[in-house]
Amino acid sequence: MIGEIMIEWIITIVVVVILLILILMYNRFVVLRNRIDNAWAQIDVQLKRRFDLIPNLVETVKGYAKHEKKVFTEVTKARTALMEAKTIPEKAKANNMLSETLKSLFAVAENYPKLEASENFRMLQEELSGTESKIAYSRQAYNDSVLSYNNGIQMFPGSVIAGMFSFKQRDFFKTEEKEAQPVKVQFE
Amino acid sequence: MNAFDEVAKNKLKSYLLMFLFALILIGLGYVFGMVYGGGNSFIIYSFMLIAFIISVLMALASYFWGDKAALEISKARPANRREHAHYINSVEGLAIAAQVPVPKIYVIPDQSINAFATGRDPEHASVAVTEGALKKLNRVELEGVIAHEMSHVKNYDMRLMTVTVILVGLIALLSDLFIRSMWFGGGRDGDNGKGNTVILLVGIALAILAPIVAELIKLAISRKREYAADASGAVLSRHPQGLADALKKIKKDSEETKLATKATAHLYFSNPFKKGSFSNLFSTHPPLDERIRKLEAM
Repeated sequence: MIGEIMIEWIITIVVVVILLILILMYNRFVVLRNRIDNAWAQIDVQLKRRFDLIPNLVETVKGYAKHEKKVFTEVTKARTALMEAKTIPEKAKANNMLSETLKSLFAVAENYPKLEASENFRMLQEELSGTESKIAYSRQAYNDSVLSYNNGIQMFPGSVIAGMFSFKQRDFFKTEEKEAQPVKVQFE
Repeated sequence: MNAFDEVAKNKLKSYLLMFLFALILIGLGYVFGMVYGGGNSFIIYSFMLIAFIISVLMALASYFWGDKAALEISKARPANRREHAHYINSVEGLAIAAQVPVPKIYVIPDQSINAFATGRDPEHASVAVTEGALKKLNRVELEGVIAHEMSHVKNYDMRLMTVTVILVGLIALLSDLFIRSMWFGGGRDGDNGKGNTVILLVGIALAILAPIVAELIKLAISRKREYAADASGAVLSRHPQGLADALKKIKKDSEETKLATKATAHLYFSNPFKKGSFSNLFSTHPPLDERIRKLEAM
């Protein structure tokens, strides 16, 4: 009699513990997944911010350096490409392209001392490089979140639960190695 | 160990610290009561009760207003976007990297290179950097310093450190008061015999020891923490050399942080008091060379 009751109790406890682990892991995956989405939203905010700054910058530079048409068209083209990008890899690629063209824009600006001296240009430059590094940081935060989420759902026993509730792997926001550093802007 | 364990540990330590300070205070209350009340247990209990109430109030105060006190003491004022655009941008960027809300951003009117973070949790955090740091550090170096501060914010170091500001200050103040009162009005019941003298001696010993113990707690809290924040700051900024270069500049810079006090010293990024000063005996910060070496080895 006593033995049977004992066994019943043990089974109950084991079941409860397994259920608890299941619930805890499930919730943890949800938290991790939400963190990815939040980090992604951050990237979007910063991309949008840079996107909005560019027309302003182009106008300012045009005021001093009308003849540099080639750079302007390239920047505008890259900006449009970023606007049209939808998926994560597409956005990453368009973003890299825009960074490159902005670099050449700033290189061009160096040939115009008056432009470099203008208060408005300096502020735009600071805002842009600030946004640039925020993009880099939000990408870093995003990738960190993806890494811990992917690790979580791939490792046993997480993988079982992930399979049951279809938690899917997420993509990293890839960037070319040389792009990992934000654009260096000299302002001294 | 992962970051979440670190946070849980720091929270626990903050509460333990408050508890420990309460115990020390109640102990002091007991001794005061013995000294002033002779053997009268009513007086002893009332002293202990007062000490208990004070410690609860102070613990609450340090938890909720410790950050304001620290900012007030250092005369910090809010940064504005026109003057400090790149500073504000750096803090915002690193807040994104650390995945915490953007803290309140302050400037300390001091020509030395220094910084601190304060507040009870990342939602109520403030970061303050000296004018000297904004002037003398380049962007990468400044980001290194801010990354160090952001990691204090993220892992709840600053709750522990902020709580310490007020609690350590209070114990120092109380034992000071006690010793002074002994000096002037003490020993009124001089004819009570030897028992009283012993208690008196114990009281004085405790009054001297308590602030030293408090000071030691402060040390234990902050030294290891600086290495840890250097390391996790480097992970945040992905650029240990920036922080190492900032530390090198601090080493060369002869300016002391005049707006730091004994109560806030351990909050700062680097020891506010330079070499040769007496405070170095109880240094709250690991040596700069050692910090630089560890960062450059990363």
